[in-house]
Amino acid sequence: MNGTGGRTGAGAVPMRLSPQPGEVIDRTRKLSFTWNGREFPAFEGDTIASALAATGERVFSRSMKYHRPRGLLTGSFHDPGCMVQVGDEPNVRGAHRLVADGMAVTSQNTWPSLRFDAKAANRFAGRFLTAGFYYKTFMRPQALWPAYEAVLRRFVNGGSVSPGTPHDRPEKRHAHPDVLVAGGGPAGMAAAVAAARAGASVLLVEEEHGLGGHLRWGGEADLAALDELAGQVAAEAGIEVLTNAVVLGRYDSNWIAVLDRGPGAAGAAAERLVKARAKTLVVAPGLIERPYVIDGNDLPGVMLSTAVRRLINLYAVKPGERAVVLSANTDGDAAVADLKRAGVEVARVEDARLGGDVAAVRGRARVRAVELGDGTTIGCDLLVTAVGWTAPTALLNACGDRPAYLPRAARFFPDAARLPEDVLVTGGIAGDGRLDELTEHGSATGAEAARRAARIARARMLAAPTRALPGDDPAGEPDPARIPELPVYPHPELFAGRTHGFVDFSEDVSSKDLEAAVAEGYASAELAKRFTTATMGPVQGKLETVNTVAVVARATGSSIAETGTTTWRPPYAPVTLGALAGQAFEPVRYSPMQPWHEAHGAVPLIAGAWIRPDGYGDPAAEARNVRENVGIIDVTPIGKLDLRGPDIPRLLNLLYVNKWSKLEIGRVRYGVMCAEDGVVLDDGVTGRLGDEHYLMSTTSSGAATVWEWAENWLQTEHPDWRVHVTPVTTAYASINVAGPKSRQLIERVIEGVDLSNEAFPYMHVRTGTIAGVAASVLWRIGFTGELSYELHVPAGYGLHVWEALLTAGADLGVAAFGVEAQRILRLEKGHFIVGQDTDGLTKGYSAGLEWAIKLDKDDFAGKPELAWQLAQGIGARLVGLQPLDPAVVPEEASLIVDGGKIAGRITSSRMSPALRRAICLAQVDAHLAQPGTVVTVRLPNGRLIPARVTSQHAHVDPDGGRMRV
Amino acid sequence: MILLPCAWCGPRDATEFQHAGEVVARPDPATATASQWRGYLYLRANPCGWTTETWYHRMGCRRYIRVERHTETNEVRAVYPGKAAG
Repeated sequence: MNGTGGRTGAGAVPMRLSPQPGEVIDRTRKLSFTWNGREFPAFEGDTIASALAATGERVFSRSMKYHRPRGLLTGSFHDPGCMVQVGDEPNVRGAHRLVADGMAVTSQNTWPSLRFDAKAANRFAGRFLTAGFYYKTFMRPQALWPAYEAVLRRFVNGGSVSPGTPHDRPEKRHAHPDVLVAGGGPAGMAAAVAAARAGASVLLVEEEHGLGGHLRWGGEADLAALDELAGQVAAEAGIEVLTNAVVLGRYDSNWIAVLDRGPGAAGAAAERLVKARAKTLVVAPGLIERPYVIDGNDLPGVMLSTAVRRLINLYAVKPGERAVVLSANTDGDAAVADLKRAGVEVARVEDARLGGDVAAVRGRARVRAVELGDGTTIGCDLLVTAVGWTAPTALLNACGDRPAYLPRAARFFPDAARLPEDVLVTGGIAGDGRLDELTEHGSATGAEAARRAARIARARMLAAPTRALPGDDPAGEPDPARIPELPVYPHPELFAGRTHGFVDFSEDVSSKDLEAAVAEGYASAELAKRFTTATMGPVQGKLETVNTVAVVARATGSSIAETGTTTWRPPYAPVTLGALAGQAFEPVRYSPMQPWHEAHGAVPLIAGAWIRPDGYGDPAAEARNVRENVGIIDVTPIGKLDLRGPDIPRLLNLLYVNKWSKLEIGRVRYGVMCAEDGVVLDDGVTGRLGDEHYLMSTTSSGAATVWEWAENWLQTEHPDWRVHVTPVTTAYASINVAGPKSRQLIERVIEGVDLSNEAFPYMHVRTGTIAGVAASVLWRIGFTGELSYELHVPAGYGLHVWEALLTAGADLGVAAFGVEAQRILRLEKGHFIVGQDTDGLTKGYSAGLEWAIKLDKDDFAGKPELAWQLAQGIGARLVGLQPLDPAVVPEEASLIVDGGKIAGRITSSRMSPALRRAICLAQVDAHLAQPGTVVTVRLPNGRLIPARVTSQHAHVDPDGGRMRV
Repeated sequence: MILLPCAWCGPRDATEFQHAGEVVARPDPATATASQWRGYLYLRANPCGWTTETWYHRMGCRRYIRVERHTETNEVRAVYPGKAAG
């Protein structure tokens, strides 16, 4: 039935027992994996730790600081001694991860091997490595830091990460269950079933690989009950079960993060985040068994009662040969029975309820003997402790609960009064009782959860005034379920024994360290935690917090209730960054002419979400061609808003600084918008297409901002104004045709519009048919300073019109020009760009807008601030600037300095092809803004150059004659 | 995360919205002093407790809604009707 003790050759499984009634392994499916290079057998359903334990392996890792050998302690996901490396995946929880055929498992951070880890020499340096040692050592001299780092890095625990690991980015999932049940033990299962039967949709989340909680490793009656409950769950179509999944955190209005870890043998790459918006949450996490703090409590062979019951009943593995048991509760007693059944010699049972105790554990690399409370020593290879339970209250804390400590039960309990309406608690965390009492409590809780979920759903529907629920009858609501109270059994308080032992196994923090911390003045739970790092390891406090609090309480002479716990924060369990990140969605916007740009070698420019053609190889040549012949540029990204309604002039007068009441049909006007603080927000032209129809253009980066700005005013301040605003930025493809020959070019492709200067002057708008496309808009504006037309055609025809222009104008020398060439051209004309030549502090009068700002208007956005700016004469000034040396083109953002202080900066700067000299726009302090002033520009390399302020912003054709032909 | 009661779309996640700020009355631009105007621009009551604020349903119906929110518990109450639909 059981094998002989000791390790024999590879393949031998001396600790594997004969089939157990509740075992989860499938003996017909044999697997094989490697552990530190040697091949080991397993059955499907084995965890890495159970398969290794079956062969007699006892040491799975070395601890973080002292490199002490560690073995199986809890046998659950949170077992601190079972962290291993699987392939390229570090920090795998070996007592939870199922074995997959061919898996390559290695121990972490052990050198040269797990057995003979040289770094265990640390234990001799223990005196110098007490908690917090890094606050006091390895600091001086500072010059040696790199050396200290290099050495200390070798001692850091953890697996290895491979840069070659592919970055899988799983999709996230959204779920909307009426009831989310966190925990699939008997109470959780009963709650899920009851909620589903009441009509709720249920998401049942269980951390283990199967439902059942502690029933899985229980006796015959437990297994029968598990079977029954599992059948009920399976029979309800309304329950979705997620196993190997864990609730990470709960946020406002039951926004719950669930980590679905995927199939049990899958690696971290299978993790996926489920974002659940539940109406009600049922918290049923059960209880977590706690280790006992005594000397030697971390030796391989010290196990919790749940660990040995899992090994024996789930995996048919004998935990050891000769055991001593310290039992303070019925689970400890059940463990004794299981051990005997498995053929383990139970040398002694110390009953803590009768005053029994274990003082210390003896052994070097494994348990050799146990010293009892009465002083006798008993030789053994296994110490089983059942000293008490910790309530995993983290999720409840996140809901606003403040659990209270009950000394007679030796654990914390939720405070039902502090829980919000939409959170309920059931199961072992809420109280004790027989199995039938717990499932009855679970059922009542589940039914109540469903009832409240329905009530919440109804309330949310009714909250929207646009919805009316026919046939809604609040009187028809079911009565609140009466949830019976669970009994609370007394339990002895056993936290730290009479010798010092490990409190935090992951961080190698002992009770001695905690007492030293208190002695140094870190006398609260929060301070002691941070100074010693207790509870800050991978287990996140689940096994450590209560013992930490108990030790601190004892050291400060107060009670556990007075000391309190540290703050629980999400995530409750480890989660990969990949699962949190999910897939990255980066939408990209292209104009309809993009295929042409790409085919013609356009250099892409990223402008927000848009890809635009920066140029086609020679921006200076493109600019020259515009001045001499005609060029076309794709300006589709500029913002376009279609305005309809009788109150449009009121809106325009409010948004723009200039006047708009008398814009005739067919006219276009340039306007500038300021925010309520007077800062320049956006600029563009707006044309009147009809009586109650205008088309507004904005900068491309401001397209969305201006629309939202207009909507904000209309919806919140002037809902009585009759204006409709429709964004048409992407509905139109926009092309700017510029150059002395642009009229000739347009004439060849347009129908229905008289293009003569008399019939269609500068700053007018017409609609017509362009290259056969009806309902196209074109207006004459002048960003580049040449005769130019901006066409807006329905987007689907953009490429067609673009190509038609190029074909029609071949003999005119038409060529495409890109954003860079346009930048040069507009700078030659002194046209400022909002956000380039203005910044977040540039008020209207600092952008040269004296001519535009009409303070005699009743009201417009920013008017008071602009009036004050004018009255006080404050703010910088936007000026044209030309370096005295025409060949020096200062970098943009070069500072302008005056007497050792910063007096401005260059905002735009280019070499002008038309003038063959450097030209700039700059923000300068007012006292330097007079035309003719010579200022000093400080280039980034430190060189100082002189530059002269020009009389106007425009460097080329300042009177603007070329635009008006 | 916070669930906001959009008047047109029903309860939606706050990530669909842009927080448009605490509701403040716009002073009369013709008579406001600089102090009053700057208060409108920059000063907010920011209470620990109920506050009235506007949210813009950017990833939804694109309407501005006005709600009351308790800044400590993030409980939200809709405000209907209001100047903003609210």
